Amino acid sequence: MIDTPFLVAAARIDTGDTAWMLCATALVLLMTPALGLFYAGLVRAKNTLNTFMMCVAAIAVAMVMWALVGYSLAFDGDNALIGGLGYAGLHGVDFQPRAGTAIPHLVFMAFQATFCIITTALVAGAVVERMRFGAFLIFAALWSVLVYAVLAHWAFGGGWLISGGTLDFAGGVPVEMGSGFSALAAALVVGARKDYGRQALLPHNAVYVLLGAGMLWFGWFGFNGGSGFSTGNPSVLAFTNTLLCPACTLLVWFLLDLLRDRQVTAIGAATAIIVGCVGITPAGGYISPGWAMLLGGLVALPCYAVIVFRPRTGVDETLDVLAAHGVAGFTGILFVGFFAQASWNGVSDGLFFGNAAQLGDQALAALAGPAYAFAATFLLLKVLGALMPLRASEYEEARRLDVTEHGEEAYPTGEGAILVTPEAGIEEPVPVADPA
Amino acid sequence: MIGIVRPEKANDVLEALYRSEVRGFSLSRVEGHGGELDRVETYRGTTVKVGLEDKVRFEIAVSDPFVQPTIDALCEGARTGEVGDGKIFVVPLEQVVRIRSGETDDLAVTPVKA
Repeated sequence: MIDTPFLVAAARIDTGDTAWMLCATALVLLMTPALGLFYAGLVRAKNTLNTFMMCVAAIAVAMVMWALVGYSLAFDGDNALIGGLGYAGLHGVDFQPRAGTAIPHLVFMAFQATFCIITTALVAGAVVERMRFGAFLIFAALWSVLVYAVLAHWAFGGGWLISGGTLDFAGGVPVEMGSGFSALAAALVVGARKDYGRQALLPHNAVYVLLGAGMLWFGWFGFNGGSGFSTGNPSVLAFTNTLLCPACTLLVWFLLDLLRDRQVTAIGAATAIIVGCVGITPAGGYISPGWAMLLGGLVALPCYAVIVFRPRTGVDETLDVLAAHGVAGFTGILFVGFFAQASWNGVSDGLFFGNAAQLGDQALAALAGPAYAFAATFLLLKVLGALMPLRASEYEEARRLDVTEHGEEAYPTGEGAILVTPEAGIEEPVPVADPA
Repeated sequence: MIGIVRPEKANDVLEALYRSEVRGFSLSRVEGHGGELDRVETYRGTTVKVGLEDKVRFEIAVSDPFVQPTIDALCEGARTGEVGDGKIFVVPLEQVVRIRSGETDDLAVTPVKA
């Protein structure tokens, strides 16, 4: 007879929703190479490829882990803490609509996979220019399951935060605070770069940084605009807020730059775009366009403060993932508690519109998300560090990781390069002169 | 005096030079080959052996009393103990002229006191 799974399966697929979600998935995937470009510009020229490759590697390991177990642990069932293994290996993930949406389960899974990928890549920002590539691959594979999938279950997949009433539109908890506070833990365990605090370690290409930030913003329309899983009002609202909020962040960032140094900086502008996009991520489909603009301006303040303060500490959280993602996500999540508006989102009001309980739900998420991300990442890296070296040797770090880890350079001149043919039989580096 | 050092040690050399009160020098980026291992790089199907390493070349004109301190500073700043740390060439100097004032020789290489 007709049982519940059959009823779910009988729900209709909406072609418009599916078309948009296919595009949104592709948009979010683009964010990871965009992040690679953004990060590559922020490091020194000698580590360009290694930094970019960490992001590319996240696509590989996080996607595979997601298909094997991550998706199932995040989105199978509504246990409070962790999902089941019913969808492990994508078992049963097919063309039938995903419960609560009118899009095929496969598209839903793929869309969520791109979130897992970009979040895993984000954490790399804390450990660039020193972590061994091999150790990062293992860390990324485990982190995408042990940290991301758990937080995604809590906030999206039926876990205790979403069922308790926390509003997190596109991932303030798992993506933004998850990566930001994990990055802090990773920076503490892996340790600072050897020249940190002694030499100026400057971004080598500000144009990469700006272009990367621009492409991230472009991809973020899929990230936020797709998080309604439809072409309905929440998606339209989130999409438009993704335009409004970062624009306001940019303006306020310009003002802060002017106050501090009397000059508006390019790398500051790129950072502001990220901060604004992160700020609107949890709030996108829940607040009105007007409040989204206020959020854009407001979110700049704590993030700017942390970015100015962090280099004065001994913590080499190299690319400021905590400031740009953790703190901005934290601000966005709390903002929803104040300014969510049922007349716009059809779900719930915030404190400002008479529902103080919503702020409590948001505050709970703003504490639990960072606490779990920090503690789990700290432990994971401590265990991995006991099993293998996490860092490249001091010599390799001083030389350049592009060559020592990948055998390539970002900007090879070709001068002095001798073609090695298989016939010549040269496979190992050859000493040209014996120093002894 | 010419010192050729690893680019990643250039900052340490600068610090050591300042500590020895050597304040005038030029610095250029060069590529060179010493006794170090060639590195092998692969780009798709193309494998190459790169015999030239990036180095930084310091050119420092000093008066006689400063020769040894400058050599010490270069060695102290640039040494890692691995092959490829670089070389120092000490060469005699015919004449030095400070363009601004027309001062010559020792006077021309003495830093202007603020």
